[in-house]
Amino acid sequence: MDLLNNLALGFGVAFTWINLAYAFGGAMLGTLIGVLPGLGPVATIAMLLPSIYALDATPALIMLAGIYYGAQYGGSTTAILINVPGESSSVVTAIDGYAMARKGRAGAALAAAGLGSFFAGCVGTIVIAAFAPPLTELAFKFGPAEYFSLMVLGLIGAVVLASGSLIKAIAMILLGLLLGQINTDVISGVPRYSFDIPELTDGIGFVTIAMGIFGFGEIIANLGRPAEHREVFTKNVTGLWPTKQDFKDAWPAVLRGTALGSILGVLPGGGALLAAFAAYTVEKKSRGRVGEVPFGQGNIRGVAGPESANNAGAQTSFIPMLTLGIPPNAVMALMVGAMTIKGIQPGPQVMTSNPELFWGLIASMWVGNAMLVILNLPLIGIWIKLLTVPYRLLYPAILSFCCIGLYTLNNNNFDVYMAVAFGVIGYAFYKLHCEPAPLLLGFILGPMMEENLRRALLLSRGDWTTFATRPLSAGLLAAAALMIVVVTLPSIKQKRAEAFKEEEDPAA
Amino acid sequence: MKIKSERDFWAGLMFLLVGVAFAWGAMSYNFGSSARPGPAYFPFGLGMLLALLGALELFKALTIESEGGDPIGAIAWKPLIVILAAVALFGVALPRLGLVITLPALVLISSWASDEFSWKATVGNAVVLITMSWLIFIKGLSLIIPMWPTIFGASA
Repeated sequence: MDLLNNLALGFGVAFTWINLAYAFGGAMLGTLIGVLPGLGPVATIAMLLPSIYALDATPALIMLAGIYYGAQYGGSTTAILINVPGESSSVVTAIDGYAMARKGRAGAALAAAGLGSFFAGCVGTIVIAAFAPPLTELAFKFGPAEYFSLMVLGLIGAVVLASGSLIKAIAMILLGLLLGQINTDVISGVPRYSFDIPELTDGIGFVTIAMGIFGFGEIIANLGRPAEHREVFTKNVTGLWPTKQDFKDAWPAVLRGTALGSILGVLPGGGALLAAFAAYTVEKKSRGRVGEVPFGQGNIRGVAGPESANNAGAQTSFIPMLTLGIPPNAVMALMVGAMTIKGIQPGPQVMTSNPELFWGLIASMWVGNAMLVILNLPLIGIWIKLLTVPYRLLYPAILSFCCIGLYTLNNNNFDVYMAVAFGVIGYAFYKLHCEPAPLLLGFILGPMMEENLRRALLLSRGDWTTFATRPLSAGLLAAAALMIVVVTLPSIKQKRAEAFKEEEDPAA
Repeated sequence: MKIKSERDFWAGLMFLLVGVAFAWGAMSYNFGSSARPGPAYFPFGLGMLLALLGALELFKALTIESEGGDPIGAIAWKPLIVILAAVALFGVALPRLGLVITLPALVLISSWASDEFSWKATVGNAVVLITMSWLIFIKGLSLIIPMWPTIFGASA
């Protein structure tokens, strides 16, 4: 059994003391930061990037993955306890989770979210292990034309599922792609858009963009809003363990959520987000036990389903990143960036050239999930304390970590200045309602996209129809076009607007 | 002509200008041909595409009614300037003054951007953060960060 052998190799790597320690450290740090109100996984990972500079590639990625799960768990905790989802995919968790907390059942809600996520994480890990090798095989059949089309599909998919104006989102992708053009052209060696600044000939560091836009821009935006009054249900968290009835109600929801999440997570774009929304809708539509609490008033299925779905989705969203080197969302874009910092070119070759890293990372996903359950449920009291840290003490801390991270990136203050510039840009995006996540995706994919486009044209002797005549490439482009057509249809456009309405406010 | 959606208007204008700027900048590089694309090929195309979308957004902003004109709202000048100035100062000062002076300065200045500024809390915060940074980044992760001002003889 290849699957077992591979997993055995992976667990062999993940279960070394040092890697266990990094998985634990990552999960701990991720929860620590993620539970702070208003910090989503993207900002958390961006902020904690400096912690991996000194590590080898495998522990670095294991730690980052841990940070990611930790941040997600932390996000659900804030959603349940203070009605502030840390990220868009826990928006639906907040609906019933917060209602449960108000009724003094915060403990049960947290446990349902934690255990449901753990189960989903286990399934997600197996799904990745099973599907990554065949997909990698497929990826090796891809020529430059197919790769280019795949990236087009990935980018379009990412914005179609996102909220807000479609034109703006696509424009943001293009802007990201263009920012990725500030570099030295790989084929001719000509520096582009560098204005004779030597630091710019290596390209803009993605850390500066991530920290500038997601870190500084968001802080400024938060400070510009009047301080909110939040009710924190700290005293009510007693009776952590759900009742027998809770278990009975929740487990079918967990199963359904996991299945939905595993499938939808692979899709480009808001896999985890879409999964959570879909799972909530499914739970609402499916019939529960007679006399259960209605949805919106603290139904445990409304917590267990979406939480399982978003965790399964978060897990399987690693699939396109690991097998194709194409990040389906902003978090994965950060992971790709981190791999590049560590000197690993993401793509199908990673599995064969760095099997320890590949399988070790997958195994450590399971380890990280297990640790989170152990970490989160008994230690919930500590996390709750963190919820009460006021923002005025919090943001200088975020700034400090970002600044140190920026400086140590190249031991150079140029990156600090660049991040200041991106802070201004990030605030402008916020004011103009331009979602910045697609920009980051475009920026990461830009150089790869250009290289594949030019190689494809070179091979076809300048014939653009190559993208349409090669069947695989044509199929991918057709799928991208179909997505755009579908979301611009008036009836669906309206539904999409409705679906994202609840999500308008704080999600970061 | 009246602006129907302020946000869309400025976003469109931004995309249009940036797109044109990139496309115009690309003209100074070799364009190549479709068979042998040069360094300008991809950015020129992207820039034009972005400009096109920007124009479309502008057109939308001028023709389609939006609720209440979709105003941009007040710009938070104080946080914007204070936060970014604090960060820029950090960049300037760190190699010269070291983390011991620069980090508390960053915390002090940036805290001032909040409406709920208090000296006691801020100083406490600065002390906690410099200790944590020293433990995590210098002791724990052994990153190379100048700790003390260079005048005291330590190397930058």
